[in-house]
Amino acid sequence: MAHFPKPSEGSWTEHYPELGTGPVNYEDSISPEFYELERKAIFNRTWLNVGRVEQVPRAGRYFTKELSCAGTSVIIVRDKDGGVRGFHNICRHRGNKLVWNDFPNEETSGTCRQFTCKYHGWRYDLDGSLTFVQQESEFFDLDKDDYGLVAVQTEVWEGFIFVNLDPSNTTSVKEYLGEFGAGLEGYPFGEMTQVYKYRAKVGSNWKLFIDAFAEFYHAPVLHAKQATDDESRKLQGYGFEALSYVIDGPHGMVSSWGGMAPPKDPSMVKPIENVLRSGLFGPWDRPDIAGLDPLPGAVNPARSPNWGIDSFVLFPNFMLLVWAPGWYLTYHYWPTSHNSHIFEGTLYFVPPKDATDRLRQELAAVTFKEYALQDGNTLEATQTMIESRAVTEFPLNDQEILLRHLHRTARRYVADHEKSGTPVAVPAVR
Amino acid sequence: MNPVLPPEFADLEPFADWCLHSEAERYAKRLASSMGELQSFYDAAFPRLEQILVYLDALPLDDLPDDARLLLELSYSLVNVSFPVEVWRQPRVPDSGAASMDAVVEPAV
Repeated sequence: MAHFPKPSEGSWTEHYPELGTGPVNYEDSISPEFYELERKAIFNRTWLNVGRVEQVPRAGRYFTKELSCAGTSVIIVRDKDGGVRGFHNICRHRGNKLVWNDFPNEETSGTCRQFTCKYHGWRYDLDGSLTFVQQESEFFDLDKDDYGLVAVQTEVWEGFIFVNLDPSNTTSVKEYLGEFGAGLEGYPFGEMTQVYKYRAKVGSNWKLFIDAFAEFYHAPVLHAKQATDDESRKLQGYGFEALSYVIDGPHGMVSSWGGMAPPKDPSMVKPIENVLRSGLFGPWDRPDIAGLDPLPGAVNPARSPNWGIDSFVLFPNFMLLVWAPGWYLTYHYWPTSHNSHIFEGTLYFVPPKDATDRLRQELAAVTFKEYALQDGNTLEATQTMIESRAVTEFPLNDQEILLRHLHRTARRYVADHEKSGTPVAVPAVR
Repeated sequence: MNPVLPPEFADLEPFADWCLHSEAERYAKRLASSMGELQSFYDAAFPRLEQILVYLDALPLDDLPDDARLLLELSYSLVNVSFPVEVWRQPRVPDSGAASMDAVVEPAV
């Protein structure tokens, strides 16, 4: 029995007829050759979110981001004029990685007046210009103006820092994010500066973990032991139906009920949740800040009073989750090969005003990790069996529409790139 | 051993080894503990949680005295072990196998 209305076509999937309803081939998640094409057609072409402005609050603050998926490493820095800039992390002299500590492949962050190469001491200003060359007179007609750091297109949208590694890109990040970007503007992201960040190496294709977080069909089953027995039986009986799905170009979103904060029946939650008034959906009480009521237009598109969480899948590898109790969560999936990636989950709260607030947030963060560990481990089991090719096509149901869309979008980007042989206009998939 | 917690919470001194600053330390201690050890800590600390909140909320979170800060860290550990005790009945997350997830950024306090 349907609990929530679907579009007039009878299903969410058929509302977007280009998606089709047939079984889906997952070759795109197991082929090393396809992954190499994705690196060129997707990760070297689209806007990638690499962090938040709070990571570079003052001039000279910087961080590095390893982008194995695009074959580079970038430096993000706040310059002296307050702008946020991005550069390829390479010294112009002989190609040493410019910024790193101890382990060249590990990300780092810090504060500096200028960047100094460890190898021969070349120095670069925060705007990338080369300012000092060791034994400059030994070089031949070297003009320092010709050897500044190689800039990467860098833009900030609502405090999120994006880079685009395609020098010929002409689409702004705002334009790229389409109606979801426009409909999220004004959310008080900048007030939510209390950060918990988790990282895990996952033995699966990057898209498989997005799959796992882009559907809640699995939740009543995989996470059955997570709830009390009564609650668990109730959830499995209901199954899962979303409030709404929206697809816009390469991006998609699912809007879900839940959270029930505070829950109607206190016996349905764990003892510590009752004492702290917090859980998976975050602290039950909204923080007292502006911008949460009313919410921006892209949030809770069904305008449901039962709304609990929206998950935006922003192509290719960035998910943004907005929770009813007033906090947000990001997921990033950084591919390292066709069957491995680094997952990052980051929780953002309004800074706690007292220890009770702080412990409520701690419980939400700990709960997130307990769930994500279960999700992540399932993926390795999936990856190895898909790689067997014993089964090659998989039926996806209507609640898995975003998976169908994600894999189709990846295939379309690769196909368009192969066809044109030149950079495709972005967004190419509408 | 000298007491480290506020005198009002002297009953929790036997569990002062749960005053751990980082999530990594708390999670490692949880995995290294038996269910009996987790249950003993939970049974002692959980009934005191509401009083802990009242005590700590009267103090400035960004300038806690040492004994209060340790009490808060002990409370973080209580949150962490609540999953094995209240739900899993085992220290490790079920079906998580060899999977691990590291806290790479967490609040200073």
